[in-house]
Amino acid sequence: MRLLAGGILLAAAAVAVAAPQGRVVNDAAIAGAGFPATLDAFGFFTNAATQRPAAGVTPYRIQTPLWSDGAEKLRFVYLPAGTKAKAQGDGLLDLPVGSALIKTFKLEGRLTETRVLLHRAEGWVALPYQWNREQTEARLALAGARLELKTPQGQAISYAIPNKNQCKECHQQQDAVVPIGPKARNLSLAWLTSFYKAGKLDAVPQVSARVPLWEDRAKLAAAPVARGWLDSNCAHCHNPAGSASNSGLDLRWEQSDPIALGINKRPVAAGRGSGGFEFDVVPGHPDKSIMVYRMGSLEGGISMPEVGRASVDPDGMVAVTKWILEMKR
Amino acid sequence: MPATLIAAATALALAAPAYAKVIPVPAGENAQARLQEALILAAPGDVVELGAGRFVLTDGLSLDVKGVTVRGAGMDATVLDFSGQKGAGEGLLVTSDEVTLRDFAVENTKGDGIKSKGADNIVYYRVRVTWTGGPKTTNGAYGIYPVSSTGVLVDGCKVSGASDAGIYVGQSKAITVRYNFVENNVAGIEIENSRDALVADNFVTRNTGGILVFDLPNLPVMGGGNVRITGNLVIANDTPNFAPKGNIVAGVPRGTGLMVMANEGVVIERNKVIDNPTAAVMVVAYPNAFSDTKYNPLPRRVFLGTNDLLRGGNDPQLPGGDQLKAAFGGALPPVMWDGLGDGPIASGNVIEFGWTLNLPRQGAGFDQAKPARFQLPQHQPTYIVPQPGQKIERSEPSPNPGAPAALDVRARP
Repeated sequence: MRLLAGGILLAAAAVAVAAPQGRVVNDAAIAGAGFPATLDAFGFFTNAATQRPAAGVTPYRIQTPLWSDGAEKLRFVYLPAGTKAKAQGDGLLDLPVGSALIKTFKLEGRLTETRVLLHRAEGWVALPYQWNREQTEARLALAGARLELKTPQGQAISYAIPNKNQCKECHQQQDAVVPIGPKARNLSLAWLTSFYKAGKLDAVPQVSARVPLWEDRAKLAAAPVARGWLDSNCAHCHNPAGSASNSGLDLRWEQSDPIALGINKRPVAAGRGSGGFEFDVVPGHPDKSIMVYRMGSLEGGISMPEVGRASVDPDGMVAVTKWILEMKR
Repeated sequence: MPATLIAAATALALAAPAYAKVIPVPAGENAQARLQEALILAAPGDVVELGAGRFVLTDGLSLDVKGVTVRGAGMDATVLDFSGQKGAGEGLLVTSDEVTLRDFAVENTKGDGIKSKGADNIVYYRVRVTWTGGPKTTNGAYGIYPVSSTGVLVDGCKVSGASDAGIYVGQSKAITVRYNFVENNVAGIEIENSRDALVADNFVTRNTGGILVFDLPNLPVMGGGNVRITGNLVIANDTPNFAPKGNIVAGVPRGTGLMVMANEGVVIERNKVIDNPTAAVMVVAYPNAFSDTKYNPLPRRVFLGTNDLLRGGNDPQLPGGDQLKAAFGGALPPVMWDGLGDGPIASGNVIEFGWTLNLPRQGAGFDQAKPARFQLPQHQPTYIVPQPGQKIERSEPSPNPGAPAALDVRARP
């Protein structure tokens, strides 16, 4: 079977060579079997080093993003020619088979990794690609990697590129891999409108409650800011169909049950992650809340999220702390 | 060969893909990437064969391919060493069905040892999970941790040092935990929010509490019950509780042999429960406040068959323990009940002596206890063999809970 996979891999690479270099997105590499060995095989960029997208590859941002050691992130969505995404209310845009989501991470002014989500007939596939020092090529890093880097604040960290399975840990809903970011509620009305006008979306979705723009947090109430951050940073696992479903903690934006949100909820399998505290969130007492304790830790077995960070998100801490502090006791 | 065995073996043979292969992964340089890559590239039916030696790992490992066997050269020969682990919540995470883990060890993980979530029909056979520094609050929580799964066999494993439970099965059903050796954990074995579990013939010693059967509120799966605890040696569980505060097991008194909390249809028989200084058997309600209306905090239909409940109760870690001890003539009776829900029922041929806290209601503290002797009522459980379409009275135990027979065949082909 490994030989077979190797064969497919080679075939995919051959297709990439045959395609006009970096001009047209390689639909076969997205939708076909196997794991292309280089990012270049997909042809997502006309200039990969400057991240200039190829035709049909649209940049986007999300309102409140996942924090990844302060890395700058460049996000793109690709739809095959002639296809449209479907709006689904507040939720994820329904992207057709053949679509791809591309996210490049930049630290110390250099590209570190590009993660791709490929929508194949059998479902979404998540793959990590690691950039070389020369910034000329990103190669598949199936087993992940560790890089010694510095955060924008100058903190030295062991930055982790997730392995293929860890991609799925966060991107899993029941048994399926799904995108996380591009939910209508976490995209701006302006972007959705332009995507619609470009003919790539069937309608501009009606969003009942949009996640706030992270940069606006100073002028907004504590609750929506913190809840937006929890939705983007925690809820992909902490929801009833996610990797952390067994915790009973549900941090999705739409959740309103206080216990499900951790308020006066006892931990289940926290182990030393409890920090000696009894409840996930104690209203008025961020200093006694397991949630804040775990967000502030860098130790394996304690720190949350479990994967995807090697430093503490200072702004996320402020947001969640403020929310708990202002909560009625 | 019994017909059922033949049938199971045939089913397995049919299920195994024709191109199944062995992927050897020797110990040595760059173990993290080589082993993780093998676990990703394995196809259903493949065997990832770990060589003898020490695998020095820096991150958690994970397996997400159905039907893979991860096999080492023995629980003392092949060691996955996580002493230098930087990230992830566990050493090895399994998220696919029909996986077999056997004959290797996991040491010093930062979080849990081996976790399998939503991984149906999993077999852990002769796997060792150890925190080598002995019992410490800074050790990971669970050693062997199957959760949210149907079909779990944990057989011949060895766990020590877990700061929560050595073997913990949560929110699962059709479970067998047998022939294991659990030592120096806070809880030796814990079955939580689970149904249809057999805990048989384990050696459980020097933990804080031996075998716990719990049900907790506010979880996606609740209503734990139909658990049979049989043939276990539960001896001298006297390690001071080292669980981090906030975890439910942090409240387990040092010296608890078997403890049933908020469960239904539990049978305890043929165990030797010896020298556990607080209580041989404890049957109690969930002690904390809760608001979950779907949750039943009380113990119901807990049967004590014929066991050897010997010595113990002589150094109880309970409020006013010394006075209690004196009041009962030097040692507490072997069966402790908090007075809530159904009391434990004697179904064997030994007259067990018990005592009750006589708590006035769920959630009441020890300060409201009115301790008294308690004579266990005697009768047999009404075992239920469900007929097709029959509505089952949930509180009664079934005669033979446990993992499907096919899992036994996989462990001992």
